[in-house]
Amino acid sequence: MNFTEYVRQLPQGSMDRRQSIWTRLHLDPYLFAALLAVALSGMVVLYSATSGDMGAVYRQAIRFGIGFMAMIIVAQFDPRWFQQWGGTVYLVGVLLLVAVIVSGAQAMGAQRWLQIPGLFRFQPSELMKLAVPVMLSWYISRYGLPPRYRDLLVSAVLLFVPVALIIQQPDLGTSLLIASSGLFVIFLAGLSWKLIVGFSTIAIAMIPVLWIWVMRDYQRQRVLTLFDPNVDPLGAGWNIIQSMTAIGSGGLSGKGYMLGTQSQLDFLPESHTDFIIAVLGEEFGFVGATILIALYAVIILRGMLIAIRGRDNFCRLLAGSLTLTFFIYVFVNVGMVSGILPVVGVPLPLVSYGGTSIVTLLTGFGMLMSISTHQRN
Amino acid sequence: MLNSSLDNREKERRLFLSRMTASFIFIALLILVLVGRLFYLQVVQHERHEARSQTNRLEVLPIPPIRGLIYDRYGELLARNEPSHTLTVVVERSGDLDALVQDLSALVDLSEDQVSRFFDRVRGYRRPFEPIPLKVRLTEEEVARVSANRIFLEGVQIDAELIRQYPFGEEFAHALGFVGRINQEELRDLDVGAYAGTRFIGKEGVERQYEDALLGEPGFQRVETNARGRIIRVIEKQAPKPGSNLHLYLDQELQKMAYDLLGEQRGSIVAIEPETGGILAMVSNPGFDPNLYVSGFPTEIYNALRDSPDNPFLNRAIRGQYPAASTIKPFLGLAGVDQGFVTWDYTINDRGYYQLPTDDRIYNDWKRGGHGRVNLRKAVAESCDTYFYQLAYDMKLEAIHDIYDQFGFGKNTTADVYNPFTGINPSREWKQNRHGFSWYAGDTINLSIGQGYMLATPMQLAIATSVLANRGRWVTPRLLMHSNDESLLDSIPEPPPDVHLNNDANWDRMHAAMQDVVQGARGTARASGLGATYEYAGKSGTAQVIRIERDENGDPIGDVPEQFRDHAWFMGFAPLENPQIAVAVLVENGGSGSGVAGPMMRSLFDFYLTREPEQ
Repeated sequence: MNFTEYVRQLPQGSMDRRQSIWTRLHLDPYLFAALLAVALSGMVVLYSATSGDMGAVYRQAIRFGIGFMAMIIVAQFDPRWFQQWGGTVYLVGVLLLVAVIVSGAQAMGAQRWLQIPGLFRFQPSELMKLAVPVMLSWYISRYGLPPRYRDLLVSAVLLFVPVALIIQQPDLGTSLLIASSGLFVIFLAGLSWKLIVGFSTIAIAMIPVLWIWVMRDYQRQRVLTLFDPNVDPLGAGWNIIQSMTAIGSGGLSGKGYMLGTQSQLDFLPESHTDFIIAVLGEEFGFVGATILIALYAVIILRGMLIAIRGRDNFCRLLAGSLTLTFFIYVFVNVGMVSGILPVVGVPLPLVSYGGTSIVTLLTGFGMLMSISTHQRN
Repeated sequence: MLNSSLDNREKERRLFLSRMTASFIFIALLILVLVGRLFYLQVVQHERHEARSQTNRLEVLPIPPIRGLIYDRYGELLARNEPSHTLTVVVERSGDLDALVQDLSALVDLSEDQVSRFFDRVRGYRRPFEPIPLKVRLTEEEVARVSANRIFLEGVQIDAELIRQYPFGEEFAHALGFVGRINQEELRDLDVGAYAGTRFIGKEGVERQYEDALLGEPGFQRVETNARGRIIRVIEKQAPKPGSNLHLYLDQELQKMAYDLLGEQRGSIVAIEPETGGILAMVSNPGFDPNLYVSGFPTEIYNALRDSPDNPFLNRAIRGQYPAASTIKPFLGLAGVDQGFVTWDYTINDRGYYQLPTDDRIYNDWKRGGHGRVNLRKAVAESCDTYFYQLAYDMKLEAIHDIYDQFGFGKNTTADVYNPFTGINPSREWKQNRHGFSWYAGDTINLSIGQGYMLATPMQLAIATSVLANRGRWVTPRLLMHSNDESLLDSIPEPPPDVHLNNDANWDRMHAAMQDVVQGARGTARASGLGATYEYAGKSGTAQVIRIERDENGDPIGDVPEQFRDHAWFMGFAPLENPQIAVAVLVENGGSGSGVAGPMMRSLFDFYLTREPEQ
């Protein structure tokens, strides 16, 4: 028996009664526990980041309620369902993205929302965060692994269309996340290393081209600010200087809950949304920040394990892509707040204040749970 | 078969596992990077950041520079800065914005327009902690009311700032341009540091052209603030560097005169000092009040101006393009006689029309029955079309295009006029590219009377007239006379090469022919020249808008709707010896050039040449 065989048979061999209840509920206990832990600690930090605004915490709790509900419901469906509906949702999503560009309501200076008259505002790019990996996993798994050149080409197009539409909005953060979710599917499906190296080389060669012809002044400014925030202390460098000061002044064990001067005295902008980890770092120190990262690591490891145990190529690719994309969320957000990546609008998953991304993320975890609890029948 | 499929699955599984292993290693490394970064910031660099967070109650605030002033040639102030109180809100420091605006509206008079504009700016891209203006030009009473209630108004500030004011309003709207609030598009492309604390930017005209010089450099002050951002103490201050002052060639009194002369009529007047190339007047009528741009146009006024059929936002002096009509004749005649196509004594017998040797098409003179025997001098004085039809046919397109080009038609020759149009000096290639047809002999004929494909702006005609008055010597046309920033004058570009004639006497003889237009016995505009105490030269032009029925004097028969009436042109310079001023006048749909535009030019000359010198 080789290693994979062993891994696949392990859960069946060691299944006791408690786990089987979880399986019957189609929930993964480890994943569930880790998600809940992140969500709860996130709300504790949020209370401080909003200088004690219970209303904000309450609204965030409602979002988590909706999100966990969505997760549980999605987990009940067999992965087969995602496979069947992926294409349709993808197509609808692309049409909605076009609709946003044509008629989207102006919000936050960028066209991201679609106003459904009398109902609610809806951000189609959130839908695509799930639809893109499902679509690509389904498409590539149809013909077996590794993908042929033709499949690669089609996959590239399927990925390029939504990403290009979202960049138009312009929403660099979301398009980055969606692009990575698709690239992960292709990578996990076994894109040859030769091609990976080749494409990476081309991508690196494209950087000067982007810099000179594509990037806007303010985007260049953001990159330059990364290397030396002091070049522009009143403009683009402000956020970075303040967040690095907040994190750094927290030290090993932090200044104490609700006692961060950076966060509480309004020096830290966006403290309850994209820059919330700086509040955590200031008030709970290196220990607190590392614990949060460790919780994320548990979620990611569990997701990878579910991916490896997946019953078929589709399940494996989808679970793998969702997990790796979740990691990218964490890495880009913490990286930008701590000053090693340029500032792109990526929230800290499950901790930053804000609605749609929480629900989307938890729905994605619902898919993971579905994959882990619907084994071959 | 079954076996190989099982084999495949096994291979796929192994491939996937190897990719997950690679991902795992990758992720582990990157998590190490993150934790390492946090360790570096929080443990290694802790003391440094701790110290910084302690002193972080010190804020660095920008002090905006004072925008440079703009003067006319005699030191009359054309654009100044006026102290004004602006109500602003720092969104990051205020609570519920809707409630706040509600509270404020009880204290100051807020229009719906101002409120919606404010919220647009709040939602748009802005710097963190940037004060967003809600209302400019608060009254003394409003300042007092807001100050008294300040303790209840979180995030509200009253900023005393200098805002731009144009004392002469409409008269200079097009010449000076104006500043306005920096919009989001501009914000993306400008240097954020240089504009720290500055809310206005030059949008048009001189204000736009010399934006960098007028702006200055911001200063900074380091201040101690309390938790809510109120300044407790100024610790250190670096004064801003004010923008450069500009002294222009514009002559305020002449500009006003030109503006008043146009009155209710759409049109433009441009005056140039031939000696220096300095632009003395540059009027486009109708104008608008540039001060409204600064404070923010009330929507209904803006919409009314934007939708007005008179198009007040169009700067006709540099962006209005019209057929040059008969004002082009002196330039063509000069080239014709100097290059030997005709002599001053050569005559034709004009019977009122011209026919191409190769074609049946008849080209009518504006005067039915013709001018009889005509030499070049008489052809200019009486504006005989037939003479120039014949000359153009002999010269051919290339020579005509060349002389028009030498006088600056079809291109921009100005140094610092913002965003001018170039008009059209057509050529074979131009027509082929633009219309997809080849050049016809008839097109050349039209060109001889400044009709057909040729278009010129009033600025271009004034410049060409100035070069003609200068006997071919080019001086780069410009607005800027001097500035305390001397480098500005260094950036004035070189002018085009001078116009050289084979025989310099031809200049004087053409000047004399143009004098006949206004001061000769049979000149087309002799009525406007009557009683002048000095000698001067001129040329009328009447540009057809559409073909209309005309009597034997070229005047339209019956009532012609206003928008179909001819455009009236007049150009000229004075005095004849050592010219001090060259002028082009255009009145849109004004009718006859000599009847409508000629008297305007005469009034300008009278004023400019006989005015008491400034003390």
